[in-house]
Order: sequence, then C-alpha cells, then structure tokens
Amino acid sequence: MHTFKFVRPSDSSAAIAMAATAKTAQQGADLRFIAGGTTLLDLMKLNVETPARLIDINRLPLGKIEATADGGLAIGATVRNSDLAHYPAVQRDYSVLSQAILLGASAQIRNMATTAGNLLQRTRCVYFRDTAMPCNKREPGTGCSAITGSNRMLAVLGTSDQCIATNPSDMCVAMAALEATVHIQGPKGKRAIAFGDFHLLPGNTPNRETVLESGDLITHVTLPPPVAGSKQVYLKLRDRASYEFALASAAVVLTVTGGKVTRARIALGGVGTKPWRSPEAEAALVGQAADGTSFRRAAEAAMKGAKPQSENGFKIELAKRCLAHALQTAAASG
Amino acid sequence: MRDDPPSGSKPTRRTFLRSTGTSAAAAFVVARVPASAQAAPKPPPGAPEGPNIEGAISVSLRINGKDHALRVDPRTSLLDCLRETVALTGTKKGCDHGQCGACTVHVNGRRVISCLTLAVMHDGEEITTIEGLGMPGALHPMQAAFLAHDGYQCGYCTSGQIMSAVALLKEPCGPDDAAVKELMSGNICRCGAYTNIVAAIQQVRKNA
Repeated sequence: MHTFKFVRPSDSSAAIAMAATAKTAQQGADLRFIAGGTTLLDLMKLNVETPARLIDINRLPLGKIEATADGGLAIGATVRNSDLAHYPAVQRDYSVLSQAILLGASAQIRNMATTAGNLLQRTRCVYFRDTAMPCNKREPGTGCSAITGSNRMLAVLGTSDQCIATNPSDMCVAMAALEATVHIQGPKGKRAIAFGDFHLLPGNTPNRETVLESGDLITHVTLPPPVAGSKQVYLKLRDRASYEFALASAAVVLTVTGGKVTRARIALGGVGTKPWRSPEAEAALVGQAADGTSFRRAAEAAMKGAKPQSENGFKIELAKRCLAHALQTAAASG
Repeated sequence: MRDDPPSGSKPTRRTFLRSTGTSAAAAFVVARVPASAQAAPKPPPGAPEGPNIEGAISVSLRINGKDHALRVDPRTSLLDCLRETVALTGTKKGCDHGQCGACTVHVNGRRVISCLTLAVMHDGEEITTIEGLGMPGALHPMQAAFLAHDGYQCGYCTSGQIMSAVALLKEPCGPDDAAVKELMSGNICRCGAYTNIVAAIQQVRKNA
C-alpha cells in the first residue's frame, strides 16, 4: 500500500476545505474521505486506489437517522448499514431497504459499511481490481479487458464499448426504487441530487462514476414519506446462498388496489452499470391486473435494451424471472 | 528411560509465540526503518509502544481491558496492529481483503473484520480479541461449546468464528439453524466444520 497522510478534521467545513484541493473526486483521486473503509482499504491494498491523503469522517456528526418535516427519513452519511437495516421505521415503512442491506455482504461488513460509502461502492470487475490489466475505468484509454475476457458477472444494461462493469450495491437498488435523494455539501454550498442522477453511465468516461466533484461530501440521504399500503420486496439471486454479489436482483415497491396495480417503483441490481431503475417496467404495470401475465410483460419491458456479452447472456432471462417473481411475491404478501 | 524436561517447563507452541512475538515483530519493523531512526535514543519508560517509524501516528487502544499507547504507520490495519505491534496473534490473517472473516474482532462490542479498517481510525476505542474472551480453565461458554461440538478441524478460522458467534448472541437472529447460518456466512471454514459450528452456537443460545 502506498503511504498517505491521515487526517481527522474537526468539522464538515474543514473536511470539505481540505478535500476541495483534490484534483478529482473520481478514479485516481489523490485524496479520499474514509468512513467504513471496506471498499477503499481493499482497493488501496491492490494499488487501485492510491490517495496521498485520507480524511477520516467517522467522528463528524453525520451518524444519525432522523424524521424529516415532510414525514420521510434522513439517513446520515456514516450510519452503519446494520443500524439502518434494523432501524424500526426502516423495517416498518421502507422494508425493501432493510431487506436489500441484510442480503448484502456479511454481518461484520454491515457493522462497518456506511450509507455514503455504499453509494460509492466500486465494481467487482476483476480487471478493474488488477493493475496488471488494461481497464478504461481505472486507466482511461487503456481498453476494456472484460469485453473480450471474463464477463460472466458483468452488466447487460447501461454498458458502453468502453466499460461493462456492474454496480455491485444492493442498498442502492432499494434506494433507487424508493426514490431517495442524495444530499451533498461542497465548496460551493449544499445541493440535493435525485437518486437516479447520482450515478453516471460509463459512456466514454467510465472513470467518472458519480456527479461528485472535488470537495463534495455526502452528508445524508433522504427518503420520501412512506407509500401507505405499498408492498415491498427485494429478491436477490446469486451463485451461493449468502455473502455473495448478485447475478440479478430486483427491488419492488408495489401498490395493488382491487386486483390492479395502481403504483409501481422498480429497480434492478447485478445487471446494470449503475443501480437500474426501470421506468419501462413501471409503465408496463400501472393499470394492469396484478397477475403473472402482467408481471412477465413488465420484466420483458425492463430487459428490452439488454446487451449480452460472451458469458453473461443468461443474466437477461434470469433478471426477467427475478423481477417477475419479486412482483408475484409482493402482490401475494399481506 | 525418559529424559524429557519436566512437563511444567515444556514450552508450548502458544507460549513460545507469545514470548517471541513482540521481539520478532520489532526486529521485522526495525529492518525497514532508516538507519537514522534506528540510531534514535531509546524512548523513556511510559512512552508509546512500537518502533520509531517515520510518519507514525500515536493511537491509544483499549485492548481486552488494557490500555495501549501505540505509534503506528497510518497504513497499519487493525489486524496487523494487533498481531505485529501488540503481539496478540490469536486473531488470524486469512485473505486480508474482507472475504473470509478469520480476522473478526469486536470494536466497542460489535463484530468487525480487522483487515479492512486502520488502527488509527480506532483511537480511544475498545477492542476485544479472542484472548480477551476467556482463558484456559475459564473459557467463554462459546469457546467451551466449540470444544464440546468439535467446531473446527485445523483451527485457523476458529478465533474469527468464535468472535462472530459471541457477537451474534446480542444481534437480532431467528431461532432456527438457517438464521444462524445466514448471520455466520461472513466466516469461511475451509475444513467444512459448519454443521458443528452451528450446533455449538445453538447450544449456547439455548443455555443463555
């Protein structure tokens, strides 16, 4: 691991002022905030991340979950995944989020990993993690080893000819379906970003993964007021039963009235280059009977633009069945 | 005719490691320190433990109920700090990348993997390792249950398994074996002692 200067700022303003001097907040950053460390230290040991300075934000006052004025919830940047998943209001009103978190990583990692850190979780693409291999995300312009290489775990939605890396987060898939908002404080002040706009598609700049600029500190994430009567399911399919990344997953927030779908929010994981909200599947469902035929039609709509690679074509049908089954489970639940 | 030394003075693997751990670790680190630093005068009594490393940071950890004032390179993981600086080798390094759980310890009473966190991030915090759980003759009930149920073969993952299992007792966990397996999935056992590990944990939960 490259050496670095370890700093613990006294408040958020000091942290932001320090971070504003960084050349970039994206891949290759010379300065990183550290909270749980479960992604960052892993990548620093691999020399994929080589920051010259680490700013410890664990002791900043960003660790609370609070009700918002409009009846929603504000989740602090350093709230640990396990605390969020077990928070009574989350289990009651946003159960898809609780389910998604508890199906990710291990109990130990969930005790460490934070809300903001999970938003910035990096891909598990083996070529990104191996500095001996070309990778456009790690080193722009070197090429994508995965397109002609081992790509079974990689994305089928939102890919480009530069990058097909999967976003590995479960938490983010649930937050996409819950229409969360990411709150950022930066050198120019505060701003709020709709969840769907926070992560970027790889396009020609796969090294840019989010809208974050130098000095930007994620302070919290808000959830809108709960949708009364909604049924929520997170279904995750993977190679082993636990402690594994998704091959395909689906987050579903469904409202059914008189046998018909009146509202649907749907996001997919394990198949996209970012947490994959599917307005196509949502539009295909609303006003339709809550039955297997509609659910399959929604799943077809969700995967319409999917592009298979040499080893991951199976993910397209898997994701369809995953979503249809999640919808079925939600509709059948009390 | 036996000419072994009396059994009381026979060093075990564990006492041997404990007696040599600190000096071996110090020798290893000193070899990487510039000559100028090596020539530095010996620190006065009460000064932080550990060699004089350039760029080192002072950190105070309360480990198994005992305060340790340490100076560590900022890169030092909590795992390496426990094993190499404090010479508590009960915590094991498996993958060093958060994939196996062998390095599980408790920080402020919660289980974490010590390989993916830095020692300097835990200034003033309470660390518990397997050495702080029980002692020969006064085992923690979970240690005793692992013994009774043969919850290991080679033993390399065992300290991590036990630290996880003890933390699990205070976490929301359903009553059945499946719930235990799910919450223990972050601890890999290559010998495959899982069935006995689950049995040991369930016995402790029943007796609690």
